[in-house]
Amino acid sequence: MTATDTAGTDPLQAGFDATIGHGDRIEPRDWMPEGYRRTLVRQVAQHAHSEIIGMQPEGSWIGRAPSLRRKAILLAKVQDEAGHGLYLYSACETLGVSRGELTEKLISGAQKYSSIFNYPTLTYADVGTIGWLVDGAAICNQVPLCRTSFGPYGRAMIRICKEESFHQRQGYELLMTMMRGTDEQRAMVQESVNRFWWPALMMFGPPDDESPNSAQSMAWGIKRNSNDDLRQRFVDMSVPQAQALGVTFPDPELRWNPERGHHDFGQPDWDEFMQVVKGNGPCNTQRIAHRRKAHEDGAWVREAATAYAAKQAAMATAGGAA
Amino acid sequence: MSAEQGPSQAVPGSGTGGVRAEWPLYEVFVRGKRGLNHVHVGSLHAADDDMALRHARDVYTRRNEGVSIWVVQSKDIAASSPDEKDPMFAPSNDKVYRHPTFYEIPDNVPHM
Ligand SMILES: [Fe+2]
Ligand SMILES: [Fe+2]
Repeated sequence: MTATDTAGTDPLQAGFDATIGHGDRIEPRDWMPEGYRRTLVRQVAQHAHSEIIGMQPEGSWIGRAPSLRRKAILLAKVQDEAGHGLYLYSACETLGVSRGELTEKLISGAQKYSSIFNYPTLTYADVGTIGWLVDGAAICNQVPLCRTSFGPYGRAMIRICKEESFHQRQGYELLMTMMRGTDEQRAMVQESVNRFWWPALMMFGPPDDESPNSAQSMAWGIKRNSNDDLRQRFVDMSVPQAQALGVTFPDPELRWNPERGHHDFGQPDWDEFMQVVKGNGPCNTQRIAHRRKAHEDGAWVREAATAYAAKQAAMATAGGAA
Repeated sequence: MSAEQGPSQAVPGSGTGGVRAEWPLYEVFVRGKRGLNHVHVGSLHAADDDMALRHARDVYTRRNEGVSIWVVQSKDIAASSPDEKDPMFAPSNDKVYRHPTFYEIPDNVPHM
């Protein structure tokens, strides 16, 4: 595999290409092309920000969870997402960006996060739908990333994938419980699934022929599968799960195609996707404002901890000298 | 600067001398269970060692992933640079007799 046009002309580039060609991992202290580093910073940062912003839609239901059991589960899930953000920020920092810089780029809008988190959670059923479909789509995206070519990113993905299956299963179980309830509860589940199905399909990114950077990312081994392949995989996995649950997806074109051995399905509204990515989704402003406020409200805690650490260090030095 | 970072990759704004004062970066090592070595699992920022340990517990061992944690400031780790890699690691590859497959054992000798 030739990762770039200049392969072979420069020993550093040649070494990099050989490592990628063997399917070996690139590690932080290795030489890497600037484009590779830049692409990774963008992708890993966007991924980290998604985990952090992703706490908000579900977090808003923690105080309204219907039982202590559901509340404990939701708290643990949202705490996991914070952990995922931290694993990924830690991987991103090995590429030479600082944590402060990443936080600033998130709250200034210079770096993006997944468009899915700009949709509101209007009913409690959304907590279940997000676990089932949103975490489900995330798993489809993330499992192949465990083999991504940049070591720290792949290792972070392995840790994350181990925790994601709890997220999906608690969501599905929540929906199953509601489906065993009243007609009203069943209708609430179906309505929630109707709202989240298309945004979940958008999580895989634009169609392959409109995804200009994908080919390079795949040549570098950063991406392992195309957007459309992963989307297909997700649809094929989700259809029997929906049947078992007793809900339908809001797509009249969705049907099994025996020749292809896959489901045919309709396209999400890509204009809506572009609008949400540009910042015009239902919750973009609110999500960033909330993150900014949390960061600013926490400033005194960070300063106090720094002052305390400095004081302890000074006392230790004085004690040692005496 | 993280122990995993290349020397040429400066970190703007990190450390006390940067534009933005950040808590120092720590590398985290976890012993998965008794009998195993501590293994590097990632990094985090903390104001001091105690906080680094507490954060490491919450971030890296929420599901019994470890029985013991080490944290060390990234700046205190000495690491070989990529240029040194060959001479540094070559002996283990030269001296193939270090590897068990160097020795041919007849098939009828069990459990070897
Ligand atoms: Fe996550
Ligand atoms: Fe998750």
